[in-house]
Amino acid sequence: MTPLLSVRGLTKRYGPRIGCADVTFDLFPGEVMGIVGESGSGKSTLLSCLAGKLPPDEGAVIFDTRGDGPRDVLKMSEPERRMLSRTDWAFVHQNPRDGLRMGVSAGGNVGERLMAVGARNYGRIRAGAADWLGRVEIAADRIDDRPTAFSGGMQQRLQIARNLVTGPRLAFMDEPTGGLDVSVQARLLDLIRSLVRELGLSAIIVTHDLAVVRLLADRLIVMKDGRVVEAGLTDQVLDDPQHGYTQLLVSSVLQV
Amino acid sequence: MAMIEVSGVAKAFTLHNQGGAVIPVMQGAALTVSAGECVALTGSSGAGKSTLMRMIYGNYLAGEGRILVGGLDVARAAPREIIALRRATLGHVSQFLRVVPRVPTIDVVMEPLLRVGAGAEEARGKAEALLARLRIPERLWSLSPLTFSGGEQQRVNIARGFAHEYPALLLDEPTASLDAANRATVLSLISEAKARGAAILGIFHDEGARAAVCDREVDVSAFTPRGMAA
Repeated sequence: MTPLLSVRGLTKRYGPRIGCADVTFDLFPGEVMGIVGESGSGKSTLLSCLAGKLPPDEGAVIFDTRGDGPRDVLKMSEPERRMLSRTDWAFVHQNPRDGLRMGVSAGGNVGERLMAVGARNYGRIRAGAADWLGRVEIAADRIDDRPTAFSGGMQQRLQIARNLVTGPRLAFMDEPTGGLDVSVQARLLDLIRSLVRELGLSAIIVTHDLAVVRLLADRLIVMKDGRVVEAGLTDQVLDDPQHGYTQLLVSSVLQV
Repeated sequence: MAMIEVSGVAKAFTLHNQGGAVIPVMQGAALTVSAGECVALTGSSGAGKSTLMRMIYGNYLAGEGRILVGGLDVARAAPREIIALRRATLGHVSQFLRVVPRVPTIDVVMEPLLRVGAGAEEARGKAEALLARLRIPERLWSLSPLTFSGGEQQRVNIARGFAHEYPALLLDEPTASLDAANRATVLSLISEAKARGAAILGIFHDEGARAAVCDREVDVSAFTPRGMAA
């Protein structure tokens, strides 16, 4: 099976400091991979490099494109990469404000993405938007409201709808449940899980919350000081951690 | 060929944050479970029954040896191969229910079926039948099992484990906190799974249950590393 994403020797330096170093992994279709590590471990730098938001210094990010098969994203032209991030990729920010247009209605936020990939029929765009608002459990009568009138959890669900409406194959998520109340978090976790299953989506999820990765991710990589110190099946890494740092991380979680 | 085939398996835990202490817990573990057979792991508490079972599920890494499940060597397989194995071939009923909070019980039980591609209606029908058989009142099906009693949670876990007809099944104390009627139901679920050809490996402290469904016993004390015997 061809990996959907193949990452080889990805390195990003900030002057003399290391952002992330020599990161290598394969992600297969339908897999959800978690990246954990404390603040400053390089997990967000890695996600930004993968998603084309930050140019790495070395390495390759090979994506299995629909049209031309596996291609190194880092060697694509800027318009090609932008097209990819509008169609096959999704990026869900921790703060919905970074991923939504706050001055545009909820329906507009979702419909805009359909227009960006060529949809022109107003009725169909609105119907597509309404369908997705329903899927992320936003009531139909809120379609014309702006996200500023939404709660944090609703904003995050709207951001997910906006990102998934174009049927991407790979979603990057940066702390998607961070900053939300636990009650809202649970509902969002369930939503992400069912969308991943129904759409056959692959996802890379950065979080510092080990309980969240256990429920969302099939596989896990653990980062420390910019390097991957351990990788494997999520429950195996959490229940039988091999590296000292992972053991420390797992044993430091407070029990409820 | 046996469905589950374990040979030469060894395991040690290295505690990096406690002076790098190395604790060998298993050595030379070997067993087989054929299709249609139920094998019980026995041995005193701490002898390594759960450790061995976790290694077979891929939850603990094996240090040495071979663990073949349906032809895949779990001790060496890539994560994605183990994910596929767990989805279609190898089921596991643990003592703990780990689910997303606030997800309805019916959805929790349907999930393994949806993951192997069953239609929503078929999955719902099977899940409802199992929950009814395990005497979970219908008014609870739309509620999260995390609010249930220990015995109810265990029955939800069992329903989830038996929803898809896995060819191989690991059972960790499936009858532990059940009343007589539910215990009988679980024992018939196990017998039915055997009859359709499932290979089952289980830990049963309940001797009556062991006698009722198990064909053989494997005492894991034999795999305790030398010098570690209690």
